[in-house]
Amino acid sequence: MTTFLRETSIVFRRQIRMNLRQPAWVLIGVMQPVLYLVLFGPLLKPLVGQFGTSSDNAYTFLVPGLLVQLGMFGAFFAGFSLIGEWREGVIEAERVTPAARSALLVGRLSRDVLQLLVQALILVGLGYLMGLRGSVGGIVLGIVITLLVGGACAAASNALALTTKSEDVMAPVINVVMMPILLLSGILLPMTIGADWLQRISDFMPFRYIVDAVRDVFAGEFGASTVMWGTGWALVLFALAMWWGTSVFRKETA
Amino acid sequence: MPQMIEARGLTQTFHTGQGKKKRPVHAVAGIDLDVAEGEVVGFLGPNGAGKTTTLRMLVTLLRPTAGTATVAGFDTVKESVQVRRSIGYCSQVGSTFSGAYAGDEVVDHGMLYGMSRKDAIAHGQELFDRLQLEGMWRRMPKNMSGGQKRRLDIAMGLIHRPSLVFLDEPTTGLDPQARANLWDHIADLRSTQGMTVFLTTHYLDEADALADRIVIIDKGVIVASDTADNLKANVSGDLVDLEVSTDESVAVARERLGSISDSVEVDGHHVRARVARAGKVVPSLLRDLESSGVALDSIEVIRPSLDDVFLTLTGRSLRDADEAGGPSSDADAPEGEK
Repeated sequence: MTTFLRETSIVFRRQIRMNLRQPAWVLIGVMQPVLYLVLFGPLLKPLVGQFGTSSDNAYTFLVPGLLVQLGMFGAFFAGFSLIGEWREGVIEAERVTPAARSALLVGRLSRDVLQLLVQALILVGLGYLMGLRGSVGGIVLGIVITLLVGGACAAASNALALTTKSEDVMAPVINVVMMPILLLSGILLPMTIGADWLQRISDFMPFRYIVDAVRDVFAGEFGASTVMWGTGWALVLFALAMWWGTSVFRKETA
Repeated sequence: MPQMIEARGLTQTFHTGQGKKKRPVHAVAGIDLDVAEGEVVGFLGPNGAGKTTTLRMLVTLLRPTAGTATVAGFDTVKESVQVRRSIGYCSQVGSTFSGAYAGDEVVDHGMLYGMSRKDAIAHGQELFDRLQLEGMWRRMPKNMSGGQKRRLDIAMGLIHRPSLVFLDEPTTGLDPQARANLWDHIADLRSTQGMTVFLTTHYLDEADALADRIVIIDKGVIVASDTADNLKANVSGDLVDLEVSTDESVAVARERLGSISDSVEVDGHHVRARVARAGKVVPSLLRDLESSGVALDSIEVIRPSLDDVFLTLTGRSLRDADEAGGPSSDADAPEGEK
């Protein structure tokens, strides 16, 4: 275990050093949700009371959705940098060291999760300035769930990147996967205001439960069943993506 | 002498195409390979011959589809971690982030082998000095020349003090001066450090200059394994080119050369033949010609190249095979993963 943590920290440090050379990317990554917050938030203000959700504060409603969106979108693009690493021979050089394959993945995921944490704090801080109010414990738990979602998406993205080894394949695949998730998870508007058939479809979307869970914990409703379902789904997705990512990092290796 | 590499029936079969069009490609077709401690072995073959695929199996990046291999005394499948601890590997595509500091990359790489930071820094700096990378510790690979980058890759491969190092096409893409410089460093690995070196190359001169022994692979099969001198002597013979001044002398020279060779060719006043170990027979040939009254305008003895060896063994020139890519070229891609 100590060796695993040591190897993970070496990979993490090497990755974070590269990120710190280009800190602008952290800000560029958070731009999309910030724009939603600033430009879409005011549109929600007069409507949020009609949603029948746990909070009638537009920003307490919107920020949890944007957090999950940040976790998904930001992390799903992590694989692109991995393709660059593969092309430069970095992955192969690491794979001929005795380091555990899982450490090579977890070191990278730790970087992605840290980056996501910084972005999440920026988003929540900005949301607070614009009027977000909620339970502090709930906000912390909401961010933790977001980090689990981000970790899952980053692991899946890394696995997809090492499988396809092509940005040209990655980009359309991510688009095809992300668009329905975005539209059917109630990130921007609650699915409860939609038609019955739309709600039934969204019942099959795990991210919907995650968004609902983050919204409820932000509003301080920890006992709601949505919190259990959302947290459960986040954990399941994280475990599945980790398994996939690790098996791809091990693949073909003797 | 203990064996550093021992492969028996090592095989790698990829599948190309989809569905019914799926067909097996035998990138490496059951090779046996032995490399002794301290040996420098050149693994020579055209693109697509199976060099990189063999190497990737030996360094544990690719699981063999059949056969076994032990490297540094460890089984490459069952004891892959121990193999990785014992070897250094320099891939042909590089090993570092182009935008990171070279020193940081080498130290982190060493630490992945379990070295302490202090030890990795000390040994990394020593390697930088030895590989003429002084002043490059805080330089990014993207700002280095091709030769410097390759030497940095070698430093990455040597940081944990392996006893065996694999170099995959170490000088591909380098200019002649950088190649010659890198050759010196590779030769130094064995001469001053007693390291075993296994290098793949499709450059004839590189194998000739560096390797104690040359293993030639073509279409996934090893077709020869010997010293460069023995390969040349046993397979092709030396080319003797006599230039005479008269037609009468051409006839005499042709007859005399014919007595020691089966392959005499005449081109104007030039009479040429392949002769085994020409150094030993040419003096008596000259005396013979002189006593027959043949005046030579010039004589040239050309030692065969490894390309001649390859041509004799496979019926193709190594250069032609390189250009054609070979039937299994797609199976010998650098990543070796299909």
